[in-house]
Amino acid sequence: MNRSTALDAGLGPAAAEDFAAAGPLRAPWWRRPKLRKRTELTILLAPGLILFVGFVFIPILIAAYYSFFNWSGYGPLNDPIGFKNYSYAFKDPAFIQAIEHTLTLTVASLAIQGPLSIGIALLLNRKFFGRAFLRTVIFAPYVLPPAVTGVMWSLILQPNGFMDQVLKAFGLGGLVQLWLANVHIVLWTNFVVLTWQYIGFGIVLLLAGLQGIPNELKEAAAIDGAGPWEVTRRITLPLLAPTIRIWGFITVIGSLQVFDVVWVLTEGGPAGASSTIATYMDLEGVQSTDFGFAAAIAVILFAFCFVFALFYQRFALRRDTRGALTREVG
Amino acid sequence: MAAITRTGNADFIGRYPRRRWTVMPATYLVAIVAVGLTVVPLLLVVVNGFRTNGDINNSAAGVPHPWVVGNYTAILGSASFWEFLGNSALIATVATTLTLVLGSMAALALSQYEFKGREFFYTVFVSGLLFPIGVGALPLYLLLQRLGLLDNQLGLALPEAAFGLPITMIILRPFLRAIPGELREAALVDGASRFRYFVQILLPLAKPALVTVGLLAFVTSWNQYFVPLLVLQTSSHFTLPLGTYTFQTQYSQNVAGIFAFTALSMLPALGAFVFAERYIVAGAAGAVKG
Repeated sequence: MNRSTALDAGLGPAAAEDFAAAGPLRAPWWRRPKLRKRTELTILLAPGLILFVGFVFIPILIAAYYSFFNWSGYGPLNDPIGFKNYSYAFKDPAFIQAIEHTLTLTVASLAIQGPLSIGIALLLNRKFFGRAFLRTVIFAPYVLPPAVTGVMWSLILQPNGFMDQVLKAFGLGGLVQLWLANVHIVLWTNFVVLTWQYIGFGIVLLLAGLQGIPNELKEAAAIDGAGPWEVTRRITLPLLAPTIRIWGFITVIGSLQVFDVVWVLTEGGPAGASSTIATYMDLEGVQSTDFGFAAAIAVILFAFCFVFALFYQRFALRRDTRGALTREVG
Repeated sequence: MAAITRTGNADFIGRYPRRRWTVMPATYLVAIVAVGLTVVPLLLVVVNGFRTNGDINNSAAGVPHPWVVGNYTAILGSASFWEFLGNSALIATVATTLTLVLGSMAALALSQYEFKGREFFYTVFVSGLLFPIGVGALPLYLLLQRLGLLDNQLGLALPEAAFGLPITMIILRPFLRAIPGELREAALVDGASRFRYFVQILLPLAKPALVTVGLLAFVTSWNQYFVPLLVLQTSSHFTLPLGTYTFQTQYSQNVAGIFAFTALSMLPALGAFVFAERYIVAGAAGAVKG
């Protein structure tokens, strides 16, 4: 009897409630299926939930609260200034510039890394000698600490460093630039390094998506007379679309908050020429010990991600994954 | 006709014998360029670590002349490198353990029980994907300051574990749900408690997913930079990425030393990746599989 109630408790609430109702009222909790199930659930779920809410949601709320104060990071919060931190931010040309840079990097990631990743993934989606090795190599930069990647590229891109010497050796000395100091190209230098680090992830993701497309469909189209290009355009790419959309989501969320590589390469400089929202927050808020202001920037950055996520979920993702990000994926 | 008789061939391109001559060289060309672009910078860092500063100043692109190991031995002999390494390992281990234990407990609750609000709780966890840790860096700083956990390695591990939970739930829950319910009934009928069923049967079956989740959590924690940069203040508490950048700014004249330090900082990540590539790639790809 007890064993069967324990068994039912996990299977269906209805059966468990019946037993609970029928059982003796003062039975210890572990003999009362409904209570027992609730206890088990609490023990299993609560620690993770508390950790998660405490360190993911609460900080944003705290930041939102602090953003209404003029606060240097020490002492009491006693100087409420309403929305001044926000209005100051949007009046600061350097912040507008940081937003522009961030959006430029985001759009460039979609428009340049996207077609590149799809093209490479399509080319690599066939059997050839060394494919597994290639997949490993291409993905490898993604697991490097971005800060270390930044240090590496700052060494390579130093004036008269490896990059410059290689260009000269190939007779392209005219292309040599102050990669990290020329305000006109420094943002794009950062973009190239970011691409180096992250494109492998996109390619591997898309390859996984391609391998999920049944060969029968492509074969059927081929038998019906479609050429390889047509098969790719009309069968492969449409079926790959869900993967592409998810890749787009990850890319945009990652680009909006980009910090590590940019910070190590240029600290957003020179003169803010490669600043992003996150580097602006660190420079103007944290390093200037204006934490109320930094909190306001954090809230703005969060709002960017959140609004984008909502729209993307609503208009792009929902079509095919029926809400992979809010409901179960499997 | 040939196309039909070869239906069993998984290699689709085999259907276009004429195209092979144009497509395969393109594939190899792309493959070689991709490998070159990836590997050359990495090799350069390692090789330049074996050069002297004078040698690098003379020509940044070239073979070391002479080869010296002094840069590497100096770093390996310094206490701070091992301190950074130890801190990174400690933080990543604690964060990974917390993510794994709390994540699999929550995943059990959300996959093995039926209750009102189950999908709501799942949505709460998954919505964490919208809050990348970079966005949370400053808020986390403020929270840790309030909790008195600033400049504390364990204070860093807690949020890192929390931010690892969404991907853990996304990978683990479908995996646990896919394990047939008959197994549970059999175990319970045989007299196992539910706890025992979870620990001795269910979780061992979920091992591939747990390995993937654990590796992802470890690598993510290991690579953190923004949050440690804000939270850690004493250099003896620094993680390896933080230490690498600090080394670069402190010894900016010692370029060969920076190369060597960078190379050594890459080794753990690359080594772990080569060892566990299969699981990491599977996780990265599986996390978003529709």
